[in-house]
Amino acid sequence: MQMLSPVDTQHNSPETSSSTQPFLLIENVSKVYPTPKGPYTVLQDVNLAIQEGEFICVIGHSGCGKSTLLNMVSGFNQPTNGSVLLHGKPITKPGPDRMVVFQNYSLLPWLTAFENIYLGVDSVYPNKSEAEKKTIVRDHLALVGLSEAAEKKPPQLSGGMKQRVAIARALATRPEVLILDEPFGALDAITKEELQEELLKIWNEHRCTVLMITHDIDEALFLADRLVMMTNGPAAKIGEIMNIHFPRPRDRERIMEDPDYYKLRNYALDFLYNRFAHDDE
Amino acid sequence: MTATVPSRSKATSSSASLQSFLNSPAANIVLPILGLLGFLTIWQILSSVGLIALPGPIQVLTDERSRYLILNPLYYNTDLDQGLLRHTFMSLGRVLKGYGAAAIIGIGLGILVGSNKVMDKALDPLFQFLRMVAPLAWVPIALAALQQNEPAALFVIFITSIWPILINTAVGVREIPQDYKNVARVLQISRVKYFFKVLLPSALPYIFTGLRIAIGLAWLAIIAAEIVMSGVPGIGFFIWDAYQQNYVTEIIVAVVYIGAVGLALDRLVAYIQRLIAPVQ
Repeated sequence: MQMLSPVDTQHNSPETSSSTQPFLLIENVSKVYPTPKGPYTVLQDVNLAIQEGEFICVIGHSGCGKSTLLNMVSGFNQPTNGSVLLHGKPITKPGPDRMVVFQNYSLLPWLTAFENIYLGVDSVYPNKSEAEKKTIVRDHLALVGLSEAAEKKPPQLSGGMKQRVAIARALATRPEVLILDEPFGALDAITKEELQEELLKIWNEHRCTVLMITHDIDEALFLADRLVMMTNGPAAKIGEIMNIHFPRPRDRERIMEDPDYYKLRNYALDFLYNRFAHDDE
Repeated sequence: MTATVPSRSKATSSSASLQSFLNSPAANIVLPILGLLGFLTIWQILSSVGLIALPGPIQVLTDERSRYLILNPLYYNTDLDQGLLRHTFMSLGRVLKGYGAAAIIGIGLGILVGSNKVMDKALDPLFQFLRMVAPLAWVPIALAALQQNEPAALFVIFITSIWPILINTAVGVREIPQDYKNVARVLQISRVKYFFKVLLPSALPYIFTGLRIAIGLAWLAIIAAEIVMSGVPGIGFFIWDAYQQNYVTEIIVAVVYIGAVGLALDRLVAYIQRLIAPVQ
């Protein structure tokens, strides 16, 4: 563990976060993949305690195991050592309590926006009546401002609209944890800012716990309560965790006028491009 | 366009007008007719000059026997002596049965093999091997195994057309994007829902590719099978019978039927594909 004392960061031992049992606990997690050339360690000794309702962003260079880490929370893979606990129970497989929004939207192109969301709602609430399920779908399409596009299929939607549908699909089943893997990476700057604001607004209303991978420091500073900065792989770990204290509800212009914004931004930039610069960049 | 050299400007304008003609719907009708007429003319010349022993198109139209066949596609004297359309329908009926069975079993097995790595590894080499066996090679095996012409003919169609359906379906299932599988896992959708909402629509374009290749093969196979087996009424038998009696013009009329039906079958499957699995 680094013994540097940055602007406003904390060390990533679970004990410092809270005295009560944390909502989501990543404890001494390592992930090793066997390869023909011998074992390859992606992550090593990762510890992170997340409280219910927190908005966490994870940043790091490509290949640092961010996705591997999130995949262990979503349940797509399991840690080689250590444990990932939700409510104190180990996560063993994917489930609708931990919904994922993928970077490439992952909507089924042969279903309409409505049907894409309905598929999840129908699966998670088998006992609700059809009318109730349809209402849930319609409410969530309205939540992301896509009521008009309900009957459109993904190929007819823009990238931003597709990602809105994916977010609506994820939220429609009321997950405890929302996992976003670089959700806005493929979008243009304006759409990206719009969606960030919408996501934040929705999160303010629903307060599920959010884990989000990003490459964009400004995005993380605008959205997150804490920014987890990963060191480079192989054997990546959490370098530092930055607390982002801007009051909520956040206003992009207001926080950008805050002098701390640039302190935090420069600190994160320094971490990524000086202290843990990518060799080949 | 502002070209200064007159000859050059003329050249570009004539190539531009050719381009616009090629893009017009008229070109799709006029050019194929010209191509066909050219082919018929060369054929007629070759046969008139005596370079090939085949009768030319004009003889096919004027010869009494072939003329009767063309004008009376539905006449019926006996099972073995009937109009070409009747023969064609006999053959088509067999294709429908054999191909239908191949489609059902091929898609079913393809899904099984595509979604099961063990089955895939165990069976794929066998399928790749069997699909290389020509339809005619199956005829003696089918006759030996089934003893009768009709079931043997159906089997030959079945065994010829199943491989592209099976192999393409398996590829389609194997190639379901990981994203869709991940979504299904997160949402924990039921197996039945997964089958109908994810697997089938995702593999459908591949399945139709297989179905379209297979319908052509099935039609090729039935003609070959009927020629070899004889004794079962159908367009293949008709050709064999006409050949035995040296009615070459009749054979040519039958070949036109075969080509037209084959083309129609291919277009029919393509049409169904557009209806069911439009390109995304």
